[in-house]
Amino acid sequence: MLLLALVFAPFIAVLLPFLVAQRGRTAIAVSAALAPAIGLALLLSQAPQVLDGVVVAVSYPWIAQLGLNLSFRLDGLSFLFALLILGIGLLVILYARYYLSEQERVARFFACLLLFMGSMLGLVLAGNLLLMLMFWELTSLSSFLLIGFWSQQTAARQGARMALTVTGGGGLALLAGILVIGHVVGSYELSDVLAAGDVLRAHSLYPVALVLVLLGVFTKSAQFPFHFWLPHAMSAPTPVSAYLHSATMVKAGVFLLARLYPLLSGTDWWFYLVTFTGLITLLIGAVTALFQHDLKGLLAYSTISHLGLITLLFGLDSDFAPVAAIFHIINHATFKASLFMAAGIIDHETGSRDMRKINGLWKYMPHTAVLAMVASSAMAGVPLLNGFLSKEMFFSETLHQHLLGSFSWLLPTMATIAGVFSVAYSLRFIHDVFFNGTPINLPKFPPHEPPRYMKIPVEVLVFCCLLVGMLPAFTIDSLLASAAQASLGHALPEYNLAIWHGFNMPLLMSCIALVGGIIVYAQRAPLFRWYEGLPDINARVIFENTLRFLYGLVSRTLARIENGSLQRYICLLLLAVIVVLVAGLTPLSRITGEIALTPVDPLTALGLLVMTGAALLTMGFHRQRLTALLMLSVVGLIVAMVFARFSAPDLALTQLVVEVVTILLMLLVVYFLPAKAPAESSSLLHLRDFSIAASCGVLMAVLTFAVLTRPYQSIADFFLANSLLGGGGTNVVNVILVDFRGFDTLGEISVLAITAIATVALLKGMLLPRSRVDNQGRAWSSEAYPMMLGMLARLILPLALLVSVFIFLRGHNEPGGGFIAGLITAVALILLQVAYGQRWVQTRMGVRFPNLAASGVLIATATGLVSLLLGYPFLTSAFGHFNLPLIGEIELASAMLFDLGVYLTVVGGTLLILSGVGRIGHSVKLPEKL
Amino acid sequence: MELLVAIAIGVLTFSGVYLILRARTFSVALGLTLFSYAVNLFLFVMGRLHTGKPAVLSDATSYTDPVPQALVLTAIVIGFAMTAFVLILALRANTELGSDHVDGVEKAKPLKKPSKAANKTVQAKKKRKGVAR
Repeated sequence: MLLLALVFAPFIAVLLPFLVAQRGRTAIAVSAALAPAIGLALLLSQAPQVLDGVVVAVSYPWIAQLGLNLSFRLDGLSFLFALLILGIGLLVILYARYYLSEQERVARFFACLLLFMGSMLGLVLAGNLLLMLMFWELTSLSSFLLIGFWSQQTAARQGARMALTVTGGGGLALLAGILVIGHVVGSYELSDVLAAGDVLRAHSLYPVALVLVLLGVFTKSAQFPFHFWLPHAMSAPTPVSAYLHSATMVKAGVFLLARLYPLLSGTDWWFYLVTFTGLITLLIGAVTALFQHDLKGLLAYSTISHLGLITLLFGLDSDFAPVAAIFHIINHATFKASLFMAAGIIDHETGSRDMRKINGLWKYMPHTAVLAMVASSAMAGVPLLNGFLSKEMFFSETLHQHLLGSFSWLLPTMATIAGVFSVAYSLRFIHDVFFNGTPINLPKFPPHEPPRYMKIPVEVLVFCCLLVGMLPAFTIDSLLASAAQASLGHALPEYNLAIWHGFNMPLLMSCIALVGGIIVYAQRAPLFRWYEGLPDINARVIFENTLRFLYGLVSRTLARIENGSLQRYICLLLLAVIVVLVAGLTPLSRITGEIALTPVDPLTALGLLVMTGAALLTMGFHRQRLTALLMLSVVGLIVAMVFARFSAPDLALTQLVVEVVTILLMLLVVYFLPAKAPAESSSLLHLRDFSIAASCGVLMAVLTFAVLTRPYQSIADFFLANSLLGGGGTNVVNVILVDFRGFDTLGEISVLAITAIATVALLKGMLLPRSRVDNQGRAWSSEAYPMMLGMLARLILPLALLVSVFIFLRGHNEPGGGFIAGLITAVALILLQVAYGQRWVQTRMGVRFPNLAASGVLIATATGLVSLLLGYPFLTSAFGHFNLPLIGEIELASAMLFDLGVYLTVVGGTLLILSGVGRIGHSVKLPEKL
Repeated sequence: MELLVAIAIGVLTFSGVYLILRARTFSVALGLTLFSYAVNLFLFVMGRLHTGKPAVLSDATSYTDPVPQALVLTAIVIGFAMTAFVLILALRANTELGSDHVDGVEKAKPLKKPSKAANKTVQAKKKRKGVAR
């Protein structure tokens, strides 16, 4: 519970800064500090037992099937990191309160910071690898927000994107690595995984898992060759840099090295990969740092170099090296955070970070200068400061490795060279900024000391550096020991944290580094000239160009596949259909099956002939739209007759009425569309379309014929047997619609209603000019509503309504039903609209069409729900026979209510669609009429 | 009879597909309608061709297959809804884009802008064609 509170407190507190956003920066900062302060108190309450080696762990099942549990684990290592995250986090919050100006989006900043803090806490406290990965990705995302906080700056946006791309890509590799580990070990729980080191190392997948995990680590911790994102992340506000690049974000990678040390380390693979990556990063970072003119740039490369040092230590094959690495993690976090803050103060007070301009600040800000000088000395490894102790350990460890054989001298030599440059750039940070002449062209002049409270975080951190440096055994020993033990997984080797170990090799190396560093700095002029002569490689430009190239490649490829041509897409779709059809028909040995053909009667043959002829004419005349439409209506009518001919009266009725409505709608639409289509397809295209269409046609015919001449087993018998017993109706088609498959029908009327409403949305606000002449130049009749038609329509309406009621009522037992009745009603009303106008009908209807359609769907649904309420499955129907006066015996089924819903939906939907199109022309016409 | 029906369905499919592949929205709508006739008929005859058999329960001994009929009945209504939607979409697209080409832009235009004179001759040609028809 405590661990859950610890991890989730910052997430919950994310909203707090917004709540007090109007009350000024102090209130926001206090609200943001609340969660980390509570967290720190909770953490410290666990200190005694954790330092004794107790592991506090909780686990709640989350997605157990995936092996993902909400497990958290507090041991020495995670305690140390949580302490750094919360402690430095609090200092950064205090610092940021003064760093950010009133005009900036302060609340947003602190919210992002809390988000990041929570992600980091989750990462270090997670007891499950998948959970850890989730928090790992969260740190990438929230650091993206923080680095890109000044989103108005191009550099900030690009830097943030670069950081996200690199660390996010590494996160993907890490995910793959974790999956491999989980596959081998059989669990993602950290306790299981750490105990299975021998199993994994003996497994053939070990190198794969190692390389993938290391990719994640190296991208996150900015190791060569992925180090380039870190200097560009310096476009973040300085509190962010102080937090992300000293104690948290970049330390996540080395944290993972420490965490998985018992699992992955101890092999040649590990040694060579980790050690050499660390060594190269250490050297590149140290050398490049010296030549940076930007204060934060110098610190960024120095961070890269120190991360390389830590990685290198983890790679070495001695038990003591990880202890030194963890010690250096602590030391680096303290002095680097304070240095970033000092750099931020200088930037804040002078308006510049260019060390060629910033000189001689000692006179203006002696207090800050002293703090920065102490922290810088710690970075250089000057005795009596914490950096000296861990660097001494580092030198000593490089002397004690044996895997390189006769090249063992390589590591200590390289380490000393890196030490020389580290001293040189630290010296530059002190000398170039605080001495070395007078300031040149500073945007803000004269600079002065920052607000009192802005210096407090720096003071606290510098004090820690001094304390650890002078009294290591009393201050840091137990914390370091418990963290190292948790990382190693077994008892620690004997070691002694002391300042003085006597005259030995490490001391000599330190002295060489100090003296060499001073010499290098003194002789910097030729070195700078050499550096200037090097080809200028700007990682950001390369990165952006690579991105642009990839974007271009993708969009070009996409444009080729997805060229926006509907004809192309349909063509491909149809080709796929042809392939499937051919593949399905090929196994047939012959097309004709064993069933004998039914005899041909001449009338049907004639009908089919007319139908095919009309279809071909529709095709032939498709560019003369009215003619094509007439032909199409012929096809539709004969389709209805075909239905009737082959014993489907319901279908015939439906088709007949739908045909009328469809053709009416098409007539309306064709009026507003260009009357003719220009011939524009090339003959080649025609040939292509013709052959595709012909193949489809032939295949459909073959398929139909092949099916029709083969025996078949139908499920019809079930419906025929149960229609009367279960559904209470003799019209099996209707009973299937409203009872057996009522759920389908409900879906279908919903689609109808939705389509109708969608057409209303499409037609909204559309007004089309009506032409006075047709495409042949003949004037349209000036008479809007012909009287004869009006009279006739009025006469027909009651009759049509009567017919539809009749069709509806008998639908359950005879051909008919809600669909057909609804369509008949709709056609009668449409006729009235044609005769008198849409408005005339609508006002007399008294009910709006959308409501009609919606009430239909609702009634149908309610019918189903009632049976659900009564304890039957959805849409179960009940029926009974009643004797009504005058009419006689009648059967009433609840399915009839459902059918009523169908009826209303069909009426409402159809009228909605047709009157919608009718309205757009009338709107213009009306003023003429008035 | 089966052969005739199969051929009829084939011809409907042929003309429907050909029209669907045309470049003008209205032709595509015509094609879709024809194609849905073909599909409806196809589904319907999957219950085989029955002459003079009842679909309503009575004393008869054999019945037609009601299942494909029920399926096709809703298919007809839904088909109408979809045709209506496509038509109105075409209408809207023509209004918004000033073209009834399926891609929303006239593809057949030459890359170079035709000169005014050339434009006039084209228009004149069009007119003459219209009159001839």
